[in-house]
Amino acid sequence: MSATPRPGDPVITPALVAEHGLTPFEYEKLVAMLGRTPTFTELGVVSALWSEHCSYKHSRPVLKTLPTQAPWVLQGPGENAGVISIGDGLAVAFKIESHNHPSAVEPYQGAATGVGGILRDVFTMGARPIAMLNSLRFGSLETPRVRFLVAGVVKGIGDYGNCMGVPTVAGEVMFDAAYEGNPLVNAMCVGLMKEEELIRAKAEGIGNPIIAVGARTGRDGIHGASFASEDLSEENEAKRPRVQVGDPFTEKLLLEASLELIRSGHIVAIQDMGAAGLTSSSAEMAERGDVGVTIDTTKVPVREAGMTPYEILLSESQERMLVVAKKGHEHEVKKILSKWDLVAEVIGEVIAEPVYRVTEGSKVVAEFPGTRLVTDCPQYHPEAKESDEAVARRTRDVHAIAELPSERDPAWTLERLLQAPTIASKHWIHRQYDSTVRTSTVLGPGHADAAVLRVRGTKKALAVKTDCNGRYVFLDPRVGGRIAVAEAARNVACVGATPRAITNCLNFGNPKKPEVFFQFREAVYGMGDACRALETPVTGGNVSLYNENPQGAVYPTPTIGMVGVLEDAAHATGLRFEQAGDAIVLLGENSDELGGSEYLAWIHGVVAGAPPSCDLDGEKRLIDTVLAAIRRGHVRSAHDCSEGGLAVALAECCIADRAAPMGATVDLGAWPALTTRALLFGEAQGRVVVSTANADTVIALAKQHGVPARVIGTVTDAASGLRITTGATKLAASTDRLIEAYHEAIPRAMARAAAEAVTRDPALAGGAK
Amino acid sequence: MKVGVITFPGSNCDEDALFAIVEQLQEDAVLLWHKDHDLQGADVIILPGGFSYGDYLRSGAIARFSPIMQEVVAHAKRGGPVIGICNGFQIACEAGLLPGALLRNNSLQFRSMPVTLRVESTDTVFTNAATKGALLTMPIAHGDGRYTADEDTLDRLEAEGRVVFRYVDSLGEPTAAANPNGAMRNIAGIANESGTVVGMMPHPERALEPLLGSTDGLVLFQSLLSAVRA
Repeated sequence: MSATPRPGDPVITPALVAEHGLTPFEYEKLVAMLGRTPTFTELGVVSALWSEHCSYKHSRPVLKTLPTQAPWVLQGPGENAGVISIGDGLAVAFKIESHNHPSAVEPYQGAATGVGGILRDVFTMGARPIAMLNSLRFGSLETPRVRFLVAGVVKGIGDYGNCMGVPTVAGEVMFDAAYEGNPLVNAMCVGLMKEEELIRAKAEGIGNPIIAVGARTGRDGIHGASFASEDLSEENEAKRPRVQVGDPFTEKLLLEASLELIRSGHIVAIQDMGAAGLTSSSAEMAERGDVGVTIDTTKVPVREAGMTPYEILLSESQERMLVVAKKGHEHEVKKILSKWDLVAEVIGEVIAEPVYRVTEGSKVVAEFPGTRLVTDCPQYHPEAKESDEAVARRTRDVHAIAELPSERDPAWTLERLLQAPTIASKHWIHRQYDSTVRTSTVLGPGHADAAVLRVRGTKKALAVKTDCNGRYVFLDPRVGGRIAVAEAARNVACVGATPRAITNCLNFGNPKKPEVFFQFREAVYGMGDACRALETPVTGGNVSLYNENPQGAVYPTPTIGMVGVLEDAAHATGLRFEQAGDAIVLLGENSDELGGSEYLAWIHGVVAGAPPSCDLDGEKRLIDTVLAAIRRGHVRSAHDCSEGGLAVALAECCIADRAAPMGATVDLGAWPALTTRALLFGEAQGRVVVSTANADTVIALAKQHGVPARVIGTVTDAASGLRITTGATKLAASTDRLIEAYHEAIPRAMARAAAEAVTRDPALAGGAK
Repeated sequence: MKVGVITFPGSNCDEDALFAIVEQLQEDAVLLWHKDHDLQGADVIILPGGFSYGDYLRSGAIARFSPIMQEVVAHAKRGGPVIGICNGFQIACEAGLLPGALLRNNSLQFRSMPVTLRVESTDTVFTNAATKGALLTMPIAHGDGRYTADEDTLDRLEAEGRVVFRYVDSLGEPTAAANPNGAMRNIAGIANESGTVVGMMPHPERALEPLLGSTDGLVLFQSLLSAVRA
């Protein structure tokens, strides 16, 4: 059999090929594979599967350098989600994924369907989702468009996760003009299962039926995967119909039905119909099983009559699954779906013949030999070269930047930094997410360096966190990549958990630009360095390229999603000071580093200098120290130093919970050689602030591990405020002023968003044209 | 005591309620399917939180037509205890078990946070072991929690001691700032005339363990146990 064009199919021309995002070289490969001109349907299928989003054609060779194995890794990259064992016969499935382009043009649905997609990736592994995290990047909160995007993305994430009953517990949000016009929306899902319930998306068993399950297929989201694989431009506003529409209620039913199906033993494989819909799910399942498949598009349940095979194959309608059932069990599968008021229809079959075949009734409309549809996708090794500007930026002497007159009072600088949206409290966002459903949230958003979820039926708990400072990666991709992993590990350790494994979401610009590919390659190498040093292998993730706006690429942002394990949930440690009289101990060492800091960016408008150095061996020893001290019960609170440096970390320990503020009196006289601003606001890595009633023991533990440690002050009542003396200056700030700066900055900005959304939103204005 | 927790399509706190009864209280509990008509001998019914039928229409408006609700209403009419939590409160109002309605929060945003409640009435099956005026802390998580009724109904609820919980500040005052959703008269929970049916927006089942930050929800279940066993 061979595929033939359908009546009414457009003629294949170079222009049509280009429209489908295929290069002439790729088109030649396709023709060679088929031995003939492709049909329109085949062109559509290949355009989706060979898109960057689905094929990783520019990134795969570099990704292969990442460490992916450890004794506790049950499933590494290549599946819907990675899986690690946490002991007691339990396993955790987790993955992070981007939904940047859809969110840029339709923030509410873009973010909501991002959440929906990553949830499906986790529950198709057989795991029940127990936590959601989000890593968000926006342009300056000073612009109405960004406020519109923030409001829409947050509502989209909240509405979807809240309805699903999966708590949204952690994440991070940063603001920088570099993300103007191309926000990053990365959603991570964490699920829990028994080890024996793990199921993979591998088509097996000749004659087994292929069943479409869940929502019906409509015309929404066609070419979403290709859309995600091109630069954003003004014209993208017109591509809003490529954004899918989410229905969390159907997803909730699909979740329950899928878990019931998996546990029923009636199926052999299940996969989300996500990017590139039916096309990629069926082709990838066939490729993993090294079998042939045949699919009849007339059998697919559709929302409207008259849909072509092309549309059915490429639709990205949400809340759908593809299932390979055991032959003869079709009725049982349908029964389970019908219990949850969902549709299940047999649409195809696993076949011995090595072919990927799509028919419309009896007529073949697409046919590819073997699994070559997946394996023949070309791989590229783009040129990588750092730009001269990047080198100049990094080597600039940032200590030469003159202080502002106002900075003579370091309290002014501290308050300004606490107002920086990247640093300021995200409570305005967190309060829109249900973080306590499933009654397992020990430490939720804003209370600790990572979220902690107890594992019912055990003493254990999980710690989860996302991290990435894209500015560091921009200035030095290798170091920035290392820091992203190290910071996530440090955060997980600060709550008392052993860092176990990561998932990553690699948000970069156009890989065909040598300076962008250089960033990508070096950042991945840096992540690999850190993952090896900290014994946290990569279990999967997602690559999002072409994150560009008309001004250029976003900061290279390889977001890390880290999972850690607490052997005892009672060890969960928050970040805020709790007890007046406790000693404040700094673990790690201060430095004179100032490059890449939030201080330089927010106070001086400068993005330059080398980011702080990252000593991975030192980070490992620091993590071991923090964990030993927490497990022996010596630590009341622990908080790492990140954006804004030591002064901001201390302020956060005092006022993170505005209902229960504390003060602190701190003496940094032990570092007379460092400049005041580097000491207070520099972002030297490998530092953790702990409060303890047993300072001597904590310091002795640090010594054993070879980690510098020193008592730097005492926790006081709130009335004393935050007082820091250095050799050169004194900082004094009342907790009221710190609270006002830290807690009111984002609510104040967002209070302006509601009216603007109606009157000044450029998207709405554009839509009215 | 046997507790029946209803699972509507879209319920997402049903497992939490079951866990609370079975693991925390060590009592018997069973999930009841919305399409069924059998309460399986449950002495007490929990209408759990969630987004029944997606709540794309008015919250709880479709769930009230579920087959099992006929039995729940009959159970309530017989004087059987029923508690509606969050979406369950909305369903109880839609089903006519309780007066009034829950409208969109006045912020037009979802609200997830711990709130402080003042116990206003101990004449219910779910608060008889509590102290009037006591302050309880437990989480809320809802988008449609603004309790609303006409003035006559509100006056009658107050006069009959059927306002069970009010949102208050840390000093116990029902201020506007302490009201997370704009509920009339800061009402967080109400009861029917006999005190056997209670609806509330906050989640007592999320406040039963020190590990999770609060045990203030226990008193509701202790009240229930003493009432059912009496």
